[in-house]
Amino acid sequence: MSLPGDARGGLPRAFLTPGTSSFSDFLGQQAPDLLPGRRSLPGSELSERAPHGTTVVATTYPEGVVMAGDRRSTMGNIIAQRDVEKVFPADEYSCIGIAGVAGVAVELVRLFQLELEHYEKIEGMVLSLDGKANRLSHMIRGNLAMAMQGLAVLPLFAGFDLEQGRGRIFSYDVTGGRSEEHTYYSVGSGSLFARGALKKLYRDDHNQAQATTVCIESLYDAADDDSATGGPDLSRRIFPMVALVDVHGYRRLAEDDVAEVVESVVAARQERPDGPQAPLN
Amino acid sequence: MSMPYGYVSPEQLMKDRADYARKGIARGRSVVVIQYPGGILFVAETPSRSLHKISEIYDRIAFAAVGKYNEFENLRVAGVRLADLRGYSFDRADVTGRGLANVYAQTLGTIFTQEPKPYEVEIVVAEVGRTVADDEIYRLTYDGSVAQETGFAVMGGSAEQIHRYVADHYTAEMSLPAALRLAVDAVGRDNGGGEPRQLTAESLEVAILDRDRPRRRFRRVTTPELDDLLAASSDAAPST
Repeated sequence: MSLPGDARGGLPRAFLTPGTSSFSDFLGQQAPDLLPGRRSLPGSELSERAPHGTTVVATTYPEGVVMAGDRRSTMGNIIAQRDVEKVFPADEYSCIGIAGVAGVAVELVRLFQLELEHYEKIEGMVLSLDGKANRLSHMIRGNLAMAMQGLAVLPLFAGFDLEQGRGRIFSYDVTGGRSEEHTYYSVGSGSLFARGALKKLYRDDHNQAQATTVCIESLYDAADDDSATGGPDLSRRIFPMVALVDVHGYRRLAEDDVAEVVESVVAARQERPDGPQAPLN
Repeated sequence: MSMPYGYVSPEQLMKDRADYARKGIARGRSVVVIQYPGGILFVAETPSRSLHKISEIYDRIAFAAVGKYNEFENLRVAGVRLADLRGYSFDRADVTGRGLANVYAQTLGTIFTQEPKPYEVEIVVAEVGRTVADDEIYRLTYDGSVAQETGFAVMGGSAEQIHRYVADHYTAEMSLPAALRLAVDAVGRDNGGGEPRQLTAESLEVAILDRDRPRRRFRRVTTPELDDLLAASSDAAPST
């Protein structure tokens, strides 16, 4: 791949001009074919031919926010991959989970991570959490053409807001429309089932361990009713991916810690397959 | 043979441009770059908290400059853009200090010969490696010349005098506090031949490329850490 360049040699004038601190805007000017959403495609329904996910959930707790995702990706009825990672750090204080077509989603995450880092390097300071959420909106909007051909990507964005001192969750629609969720949310094919579980299990005064358990329970329920969402694979030791963001930043929960929560959830389900029972009042 | 009025020979033209650029660079304060076992240290004297001479370009690569601020700012931003574009198109591991130095050399060379005025800048592009032997420090001047330095590099101000001072006192095994003390003392000597000045944290911009950090090696060293390091270094080593 050859980079754009002047005939005279060296960096093109556009590189040296002050202007946008947004990497995706710069990419759009300099190398638009590298943007995920800009390719023109044959007008057919492609979703069956590309791997899909998923269920991703996120809940807030007083000190921050937990996000968890299952590990399965499907192509129609075939399981394409058993150990996909769908939750990523966006930067030091935020994370992004993705549902939709795996290839496009991972590319979008990569570009988003670079967008945030690029801004920080150019400007010398980090974007506000709202600013980050807004940039993600623009990126999703840019993918609308592909989404309408079946290659949709929907993110769940969460982070710790250093100004406000709390965890915050943002959901998006396919046009990039953004909305803040104050308690919990879920995206993906299993999200409706996960949201039902979250509705009954969520409490706003849970600690980090309890919030993690709530996420794992809701993913279990999503996998129970949606074939495109994977439950915990105890024989292969493949568990949901769990990430936390609090005042200390982003942290992925260690495999052993997730295993511990998963094993206690699964053990309880042997007694009561439908999960914890919510009292009637 | 009579020359047309206003004719200037190419040699004279280039020499005038070079003198112009050199004078611009010598007017500013200096920057010292020192390699130590834990990474690469950058020290600049700065009147401003927010106008930086030392910046991060990529995971293992940093940029330092002297001269005209808006000109080296353009180069810095261009370098970040190029690094991010390369890393995105290929892979993060494919962005190297050498590649960046080459592009800067071409750019500065083109500007020197073709633009109405040369950039009054001198820059250093440094990359921290897995081991000391893999570290690279490139110093580029206003006309696109590249020099690969080992151990340390000095730019701006009374560069030759400061370079001699650093060369006399530098060893490859210096700890971070010792390297910091050396750099600060060296920068303090930039006084047009007057008494060496004792600079404090308020007038210093310090950053390191830390070999042991996980991904982004670049880290600014500010108060209170900077005060602690300066205090530690003045206890350990006498300054002459």
